[in-house]
Amino acid sequence: MLLVVEQLLNGLQFGITLFLMSAGLTLVFGIMQVINLAHGSFYMIGAYVGATVTVYTGSFLLGIAAALPASAVCGMVVEIIVLRKLYNREHLDQVLATFGLIMFFNELTRIIWGRQPLFMDVPPWLSGNIELLPGLFYPTYRLAVIGVGILVALVLWLIFSRTRIGMQIRAGASNRDMIGALGVNIKLLYTLVFGMGTALAGLAGVMAGPILAVESGMGESILILTFVVIVIGGIGSIRGAVAGALLVGLVDTMGRAFLPALFRFLFDSATADSAAASLSSMAIYILMAAILVWKPKGLFPAHS
Amino acid sequence: MKKIGLTLLLLFTIVQLSTAATLKIGMVTTLSTKAGYLGEDIRDGFALAIEQGAGTLGGIPVELMVEDDGRKPEKGKQIAERFIKKEKAHILTGIVFSNVAMAVVPKVVRQNVVYLSTNAAPSKLAGKGCNPNYFSVSYQNDNLDEVVGQYVTEAGHKTAYLIAPNYPAGKDHLAGFKRFYTGKIVGEVYTKLGQSDYAAEIAALRAAKPEAVFFFLPGGMGINFLKQYAQAGLSKEIPVYGPAFSFDERILKAVGPAALGVKNGSQWTHDLDNAANVEFVKAYQEKYGRMPTLYAAQGYDTARLIGSALKAVKGNIEDLDAFKAELKKADFASVRGNFSFGVNQHPVQDVYIREVIETENGGYTNKTVKKVFSNHIDAYAAECKM
Amino acid sequence: MNPLFRKYVCIAAVALLLAILPIAASMLGQEYYISLFSRILIYAIAAVSLDLLLGFSGMISLGHAAFVGIGSYVVGIFFYHSAEMEPLLTHPFTVQGSENGLIVIPLAVLVSAIFALVIGALSLRTKGMHFIMITLAFAQMIYYFFVSLEKYGGDDGLSLYARSTLPGLDLGNDLQFYYLCLLLLSLFLLFTTRLVASPFGIVIRGCSNNERRINALGINAYGYKLACFVIAGAGAGLAGALLANQTEYVSPGLMHWTLSGELMVMVLLGGLGTLFGPVLGAAAFLLLEEFLAMYTEHWMLYLGPFLILVVIFAKRGLYGVLVGGGKDHG
Repeated sequence: MLLVVEQLLNGLQFGITLFLMSAGLTLVFGIMQVINLAHGSFYMIGAYVGATVTVYTGSFLLGIAAALPASAVCGMVVEIIVLRKLYNREHLDQVLATFGLIMFFNELTRIIWGRQPLFMDVPPWLSGNIELLPGLFYPTYRLAVIGVGILVALVLWLIFSRTRIGMQIRAGASNRDMIGALGVNIKLLYTLVFGMGTALAGLAGVMAGPILAVESGMGESILILTFVVIVIGGIGSIRGAVAGALLVGLVDTMGRAFLPALFRFLFDSATADSAAASLSSMAIYILMAAILVWKPKGLFPAHS
Repeated sequence: MKKIGLTLLLLFTIVQLSTAATLKIGMVTTLSTKAGYLGEDIRDGFALAIEQGAGTLGGIPVELMVEDDGRKPEKGKQIAERFIKKEKAHILTGIVFSNVAMAVVPKVVRQNVVYLSTNAAPSKLAGKGCNPNYFSVSYQNDNLDEVVGQYVTEAGHKTAYLIAPNYPAGKDHLAGFKRFYTGKIVGEVYTKLGQSDYAAEIAALRAAKPEAVFFFLPGGMGINFLKQYAQAGLSKEIPVYGPAFSFDERILKAVGPAALGVKNGSQWTHDLDNAANVEFVKAYQEKYGRMPTLYAAQGYDTARLIGSALKAVKGNIEDLDAFKAELKKADFASVRGNFSFGVNQHPVQDVYIREVIETENGGYTNKTVKKVFSNHIDAYAAECKM
Repeated sequence: MNPLFRKYVCIAAVALLLAILPIAASMLGQEYYISLFSRILIYAIAAVSLDLLLGFSGMISLGHAAFVGIGSYVVGIFFYHSAEMEPLLTHPFTVQGSENGLIVIPLAVLVSAIFALVIGALSLRTKGMHFIMITLAFAQMIYYFFVSLEKYGGDDGLSLYARSTLPGLDLGNDLQFYYLCLLLLSLFLLFTTRLVASPFGIVIRGCSNNERRINALGINAYGYKLACFVIAGAGAGLAGALLANQTEYVSPGLMHWTLSGELMVMVLLGGLGTLFGPVLGAAAFLLLEEFLAMYTEHWMLYLGPFLILVVIFAKRGLYGVLVGGGKDHG
C-alpha cells in the first residue's frame, strides 16, 4: 500500500514538472496562436545556465536566479527576430521555423559547453529524505519540486484573475484585434508573454537539472510530452495544462510501476516483461489518442 | 542555390588537394546527438595515434576521414558507402552504436573492405554473423556485463535486481550478466528507451529488497538513474553495479558524487600498469586536456592495430588477405596489456572490475580493483564458422 | 517568359538531368552518386505524398514517417521470413515470407494504406494543432511498438542482406535500381498531378480553404480528406518499401518524429503545394545535409537558421525561385 502512495507521489511530481513546461507553451499557443517546437530548447538553456552558475558559485538559488532571466531573454530575442514574422503564417511555417531553431540551439550548446553532459547536484539543504508516513521516505528535493509547481500554478492564477496585465492577456487571447484597438501595445505584450513562457520552461529546466542529465537535446524528450499534455488539457488553458500534466504524469508513472506486475499474472514472465514495457512506453500516446477521439478539442478547451 | 554551389565548389577543391598517395581510413561515428562525446573520444584517441606517428600509422601515411552518423543507421550506411565508392577507402571504423553497426557492417564486409569496430560489437556479428572482414577491437557487447555477473556472485550477493532499456541491446546486456550470475534474480525491469525519470522503477526496486542492483543504461539514462538512485538514499543501502558505459570519465563528471564507490566492469582503466598505457594516458591528457575514457582507449588501440598490420604489409593493402592475416596477429602493444583475437576476430582479453573514486583535484575517475577474467573469450565465438 | 512555358522547361530540365545523371556518374567513375540520388528519388516520393496533405488539403501531419516505416517493415519482415524459411503466419491461414518485389512492394503500399485509413479515420476528428499532435501520437505509438519488437530486431533493426527480386531486373545493380526509383517517382508524380487537377482535387483544396462551405454543398468533406490521407499514406509506404531495398536495412528510426519533421522541411524547401517542388526539396535537403556535414561537424548550426530564412523569405521554396509565379496547382 505504501508503494502505491509512493508511486502516486512520483506521478504527481512528474506531472508537476510537465506542468511547468506546459504552462508556458499553452500560454504562447493560446494567446499568439503560434506553435513553438523550440520550447524544449529554453528548458535546455535554463538547465545549462543554471548548472553552470550553480557549479561556479556553489549556490543553487543563484543558479535559478540566473537561469530564469537567461531563458526569458533568449525567448524574447527569438520572439523579436523570428516568431514575430510568423504570427500571421500557417501552423506549418511555425513548425518548420521552430524545428530549425531546435537544430540551432542544440548545436550551439554543444559548441559552447562541449559534448559531455554537465553536472548539477541537489543543494545540501534539500538533499536527503523526509519520512512522510511511517516507512515512507521521499526525497526532499522532489517534494520541493512539487512545492514550486504548486506555487507557480497559484501565481499564474493570481496574475490572470487579479492583475491588469493578466486581463489584457486574456483579452488578447479571445480577440487580439480588439485589444489592439483599445490601445494596448500588442507587440510588447506578446514579447512579454513569450518571455514569461520561456522563463517557465527555464525554471522547469533548472529544477530538473539535479535530477536529470543536463545535456544537449534534453529538451526534445520532454517537448513531446509537453505537447501531449497541452493537447490533452485543451490548448491555451492553464486549467487544462494542470489537468493534462497530472493525468500524463500519473498514467505514465503508474503504467511503468504496475503494468509489469499485472502482466505477470496473465503471461509467462519473458512475454510479460516485454509486453508491459512496450505498452507502458506507448501508454500516454494511447491516452492522448483516446482523449482526442472522444473530445477532439481536449478536456478543457480555452475558447468553448 | 548559391550556397549549394559554393559548398560544391569548396568540396571539389578539397578533393583535388587531397589526392596525394595517402591511405584513406573512413571513420563513421556519432558526433552529434546526446551521445556525441562517445564518437569524439573515439576520434580523438584514433587521431592521437596518427599524430604520434607524424601523420602515419606504422610508417604509412594515412588520411583519416571522420563523419557524423547522427546515430542514424541509415545515415551511417550512406556515409560508409561514400567512403567506399567515392573515396575508395578499404578500411572503415568508428561506429559507436549497435544499431548503426547492424546496418553498416554486414553490407560493408561484403565489398572487400575491412571494418574494425571501435565500440559496438553486437552478438549477431560475433556468432553466426561473423565475417573474415570484420574485427572487433573493443569487446563483445556482453563482456563487460559478464564480468560484473561473476563479480557480484563472488561478492556473495544472493539476490539481484536488473534494469535495462527495452531494446535488443538491453536484453543482450542483461543476458551477459545472467550468464555468470548464480544468485536469484528478484526483478528484471525493462524501461522506455531514452527515459529520464526513474522514480517509479526505484520505488519498485526498494520494495523488492534485493542485495544488489545491476543496471545497463547507457548515456544520459545512466546519469539520471544514478543521481536519482543516490537521491532516494538507496546507494548506501543496496550496492549498484553496471558495465563501464555509465562510468566513463566524462559521464562521471556529470554524475558527481552519486557514483562514488560504484563497482563496474571494464576491459581498460587509465591505471593499468603497462608502458603503452602510461604513455597513452599522458599524451592524451596533454593533447586534449581531459582524462581519456575507455572509448578513447579503444580508438587509440584500433589505430595502433591498423598501424602494426600496415607496417607488416608495407602499406600494400591491395592484397587484403595478407593485411587481414597481419591484423589477426594483433602484434601491437595494446593499452590493455594482454590482447589477441579469438576465432571470431573478437578480443581475447582480461576483464576487470573497477571502482569510482575521487581524484585529488575534485574530479572523478576509476581505479582497478580486481582482474576477474583472464584471457576471456566471448560466449558467441563457438557459433562462428569462419 | 510565359510562366507555364517556364514551368515545363524547368520540369523537362530536371527530368533530363535525373535521366542522364547515372550515365554521367558512371563515366566519371563516381558511381557513389547513383546511390545518393536513388535515395533522393525515394525521399522525393515520400515528400510528394506529404505535399498532398500539407499543400493541398491543409492537413498538417507530423507523423508521416510512420507510413514510410511501415512500408519498409513490410519488405523487411517478409524478407526475414523468406531468409529464415519460416512462415510469417500459420493461423488462420499460412503466409510465407517473400523476396519477390512484385508481391512485397504492392503489399507494403497496401499495408501502409490500411494503417493510414485507421489512423486517418480517428485523427480527422480533430483539427489544426490537435491534428498535428494526434498524428504525432500515432507515429510515436508505432515507433515504440517496433522498438520493443524483439523478433524483428527492435531498435537494432533488421538487415536484409539483399534487395527484392523483380523479373527481368537485377535490383542489386545500383543503376537498374536507380531507374526503377525514377520510374516510380515519375508515375507517382503523374498520378498526383492528375489527382489534384481532378474534381477530387478541387474538393480537397476546397476543404483546405473552407471546409464548412464544402459541407454546405452537400459534399462529405471528411470522406474526401480521409481518402487523401490514405493516398498519401500509401505513397509514403511505397517510399518505405524502396528505402528498405536501397539501404537493405529497416529500423524504427525511420518512424521517429524527427524524420517526419525532415520530410516537412523537404516539402517546404521545395515549395508547398507544387508537387514538383518537393522533389527539388528532397534533393536540396539531402545534398545540403551531405555536403555541410563534410564541410563542418557543426552543420546543424547552419542548417537551422537557413531553414528559418527559407520559411520567412522564400515562401514558395526552390520551385518558386525556378518557376516564379504564385502557388501552382500542377
